[in-house]
Amino acid sequence: MTEDTVNGISAPPHPLREFWSYFSENRGAVAGLAVIVTIVLMAVFADFIAPYSPIEQYREHLLRPPFWEEGGSLAFPLGTDAVGRDMLSRLIHGARYSLLIGLIVVTLSLSTGIALGLVAAFLRGPVETLIMRAMDIMLALPSLLLAIVVVAILGPSLINAMFSLAIVYLPHYVRLTRASAIGEMSRDYVTASRVAGAGVARLMLITVLPNCAAPLIVQATLSFSSAILDAAALGFLGLGAQPPTPEWGTLLAEAREFVLRAWWVVTFPGLAILVTVLAFNLMGDGLRDALDPKLKR
Amino acid sequence: MGKNTRATWLWLVAGLVIVIVVVVLARPYWEPRFFPPTVTEIEKTLVYCSEGSPEGFNPSLYTSGTTFDASSRTLFNKLVEFERGTTKIVAALAESWEAADDGLSYTFKLRKGVKFHTTKNFTPSRDFNADDVLHSFNRQGDPAHPYYKVSGGTYEYYQGMSMPALIKEIVKVDDYTVKFVLNEPEAPFIANMAMDFASIMSAEHADKMMAAGTPEKADLEPVGTGPFQLVQYQKDAVIRYKAHPGYWDGKAAIDTLIFAITPDASVRYQKLKVGECHVMPYPNPADIDTIKANPDINVLEQEGLNVGYLAFNVERKPFDDKRVRQALNMAINKDAIIDAVFQGAGKAAKNPIPPTIWSYNDATKDYAYDPEAAKALLAEAGAAGLKTNIWAMPVQRPYNPNAKRMAEIIQADWAKIGVEAEIVTFEWGEYLKRSKNGEHDTVLLGWTGDNGDPDNFLYVLLGCDAAKDGTNRARWCHKPFNDLLVQAKRTSDIGERTALYEKAQLVFKEEAPWATIAHSVVFMPVRKEVSDYRIDPFGGHIFYGVGLK
Amino acid sequence: MGGEVPAHPALRPFPRQTLFRFFITRFGMVVPTFFGVTVVAFFLIRLIPGDPIELLVGERGIAPERHAYLLKEFGYDRPLWQQYLGFVHNLLNGDFGTSIVSREPVLSEFLTLFPATIELSFMALFFALAIGLPVGILAAVRRGTVFDHTVMGISLTGYSMPIFWWGLLLIILFSGTLGWTPVSGRISVLYYIEPTTGFMLIDSLLIDEPGAFKSALRHLILPTIVLGTIPLAVIARQTRSAMLEVLGEDYIRTAHAKGLAPMRIIGIHALRNALIPVITTIGLQTGVLLAGAILTETIFAWPGVGNWLINSIYRRDYPSVQGGILLVACIVITVNLLVDLAYGLINPRIRHAGKS
Repeated sequence: MTEDTVNGISAPPHPLREFWSYFSENRGAVAGLAVIVTIVLMAVFADFIAPYSPIEQYREHLLRPPFWEEGGSLAFPLGTDAVGRDMLSRLIHGARYSLLIGLIVVTLSLSTGIALGLVAAFLRGPVETLIMRAMDIMLALPSLLLAIVVVAILGPSLINAMFSLAIVYLPHYVRLTRASAIGEMSRDYVTASRVAGAGVARLMLITVLPNCAAPLIVQATLSFSSAILDAAALGFLGLGAQPPTPEWGTLLAEAREFVLRAWWVVTFPGLAILVTVLAFNLMGDGLRDALDPKLKR
Repeated sequence: MGKNTRATWLWLVAGLVIVIVVVVLARPYWEPRFFPPTVTEIEKTLVYCSEGSPEGFNPSLYTSGTTFDASSRTLFNKLVEFERGTTKIVAALAESWEAADDGLSYTFKLRKGVKFHTTKNFTPSRDFNADDVLHSFNRQGDPAHPYYKVSGGTYEYYQGMSMPALIKEIVKVDDYTVKFVLNEPEAPFIANMAMDFASIMSAEHADKMMAAGTPEKADLEPVGTGPFQLVQYQKDAVIRYKAHPGYWDGKAAIDTLIFAITPDASVRYQKLKVGECHVMPYPNPADIDTIKANPDINVLEQEGLNVGYLAFNVERKPFDDKRVRQALNMAINKDAIIDAVFQGAGKAAKNPIPPTIWSYNDATKDYAYDPEAAKALLAEAGAAGLKTNIWAMPVQRPYNPNAKRMAEIIQADWAKIGVEAEIVTFEWGEYLKRSKNGEHDTVLLGWTGDNGDPDNFLYVLLGCDAAKDGTNRARWCHKPFNDLLVQAKRTSDIGERTALYEKAQLVFKEEAPWATIAHSVVFMPVRKEVSDYRIDPFGGHIFYGVGLK
Repeated sequence: MGGEVPAHPALRPFPRQTLFRFFITRFGMVVPTFFGVTVVAFFLIRLIPGDPIELLVGERGIAPERHAYLLKEFGYDRPLWQQYLGFVHNLLNGDFGTSIVSREPVLSEFLTLFPATIELSFMALFFALAIGLPVGILAAVRRGTVFDHTVMGISLTGYSMPIFWWGLLLIILFSGTLGWTPVSGRISVLYYIEPTTGFMLIDSLLIDEPGAFKSALRHLILPTIVLGTIPLAVIARQTRSAMLEVLGEDYIRTAHAKGLAPMRIIGIHALRNALIPVITTIGLQTGVLLAGAILTETIFAWPGVGNWLINSIYRRDYPSVQGGILLVACIVITVNLLVDLAYGLINPRIRHAGKS
């Protein structure tokens, strides 16, 4: 256990291989990774893969069912929506938004969270109290409620939804960073480094932070999936991406009135969300197992 | 250790037992088909799956149809009312009325022997009389009235219909005669008296509550003369009424009326289908064919008293040029909108007033869908390649079931003539405010009639006064048009007014400050056992006169 | 690892002093949080563009003078800090304000709606525990078996479920197609229930109608499943991993070596220690439950606080939103406090932390 934390500092290629060997043991995680890679490829090459433009309306083909149903055709393999847009193309393009949401939300909240967490851990005293109380306040409000209020303030749009989720996730990162940083700071190697005359910035970013990375990475993967879910929930409540953006949650919100008449416009976006989130969670599990020294034995 | 372990075990065992109990209890229901229990067969109970909670039970404080359904249309009467299912005005609490020759006063003869509701906390000691009329109106119009500020005092309909400026005084001639003196002749006055804000409440109840130091209870525990009285209200869940036994027009055919509050349209239909409710409003347009195919359900339909439109902000360039407005009109494929947005539950609009209103001009010729001509006209006006925006409401309204989708279609249509439009939306209150301030290029909005008078559409939405205060979203003040409307307001001769309004509609079409989009068709799925339900042209839901087989 | 001495409560004197200090510190942290929440609740809602009066009148519009007059009547023309001080002052007197829309006191509206949310959340939590705990334990005991993999797979799927979509699917299937469960609401509207306790399961027993309780129970089934799905997944996974960790501890091995019955080991020794992180998880799930309740209540037209708060936000009903957010936050804070205390009582590590 101590061995690999020590190795973690200089990060030679060896631990990466070791990590991969642990990670690849977990078949679920590998499957998750494979799905994610597929989705990423889909998102990147959406323009080439998708048979149609996601916003082009084929007015003579409103609400066509998928090809295996009666009335469906291979021209629109997963059917069309209420204004005749190809569902498959919308779903493929939607992958872009969901990945973007996850990426931006995690990047924003992770970076801010790390900064605040480290500041709290290093400065202690009133600054720490202030930061941590603020986080307590945010945690006292149900996350979705807070997100809704923030979106309402900024106005409903994809960017604002991402921003509000980043705010909502912030406390988790701050707490996590602070806790692990404080844990690390009592270690000998930090003391050694301090005695050796390392400055606060160096201590923070180079000595301590890399050793807090494992829980943060795990948390990041997990909030990647929560971000996709919550953004979809906001979209579902009409507060996320605005039409005609083919974001999955928004697709679902638009499709809600067709629950009885056209199951495919309701089912597919939901499935897309489920599969993506599941893939991230599977991978997150694998990551945790691979990074968490306790379970390595 | 013993104590803790035992507790843990107890926990587990209790959990298991409860799981088993739940499974056993739920077992009978695994057999298909669920029907609600019939509590008492003798009582006739009608369940209406309403779309939302009322804001309160005093209709003069609010402006939403949901609130009116639950208050003015069940609990209260007005002096005159619209005959059920029509826009015709008939006697109600006033037996008769007459206008003075100069049009400056209206005298109402009140009905005798009208009983107020007897509730848990209030037993009326007298019948309805002139004091109740005075109370109900002065409360809204007289700042010195003790009730003026109770419950926030938001008498916005009374204000919105310009009643403070219109009514000079209300005189109690005797116990059963009331005279309204006006500042100027106003042809739609009688129609206004049939509106929801003009509901008559009990002055005696109000006085009693005031004396008890709880005036707000007059609004929270309403006492009216209406066909139903309030039994129970559980917010966001259920409103329960019982028939008013002493109703002046005869006791209602149903004994209990229940509003089961169900905001989601698909869920409402599910409830209707399995018999959890008898009547539902606002079905999803997408579901109408399915609903019609259901043998247990009748689908009533009627054209709504509304119009959905896209207003061009004529204060902004290039919309000040009527050729641009005409071109954009021509570029909109209304049939596509009727199909995709209304799912057929709408009718393309060519006039700013719906066809159910008198003076509707059927001779108006709409701009035909013609992208080529539109492109040419736009180029002629020097506005080719125009970049603009379309504002789309964030909410569902009767005149527009899905503004965002409508905007997407218009956006795609305009793209075909080289106009690039961005769809903009705000939160509803913000949307109304900003569009009132004229921050839009083009804005989707609509209107539902209040009193069935054309003035209520034309002057309110397109008059010059409205352009000043912003209700006229096109900010279009066109003198020849406005003159016609003002002239029509001053006379009470229907024939003369009709001619003026018909002419005004032609002017409107030529000037094209709006693209008139559609009048929605109101669908009302009603279970077969319900008899004589009639669609209210004003969009209300009225249950007096409805029976159950 | 494995350095921790297994807890044996009977051998430990109860450290009142430290526990008391622990309680005081925790409580001391609650007070500033509470005030922070008042600030957040008050200012956030006012940052939202649009005002309640515009929304009240809709398309009809309102004259600017009249608008200004009404703002003054509601007291929204005063400087914000004065309004805030007024708000806090009223709060300290137990007055949460009066809704702009319904004109009813916020507290009484909250209290009439809250039991519905509690009932649903409690049932969901119960559902999650009743299934999640046994399944998690079994999965841990049978680690690596098909059962374990299936359970973990399903629970991860549940954890990844967009619950608003899940709710719709369940309604379509069970209420629409099969007709097994009622579609929405808390009880068939045909029963006339006076809200005595506000908990429909109890109130329905109090009236003299044999089918009422069943009806209430049946209305709870789908919302419970929808709201309970994520907590169920979390609890099953948490229980499994906590059990695995404990099962690997030396004292369990010792117990095995001593030849104790496996059921006894799992039930008594392992479970008790494994429950510690599970309890924390349950505590943390309160916030999740309340957030989930917002979506679940929207889908099932469940007359609870989540639904009410969302509508109040849409209507810019300032008093309801600030009062409601505050009350919800108080509940989350209280539950977290209780969990912390329970944790402090159970966990020897924390119990002794105060000494150093």
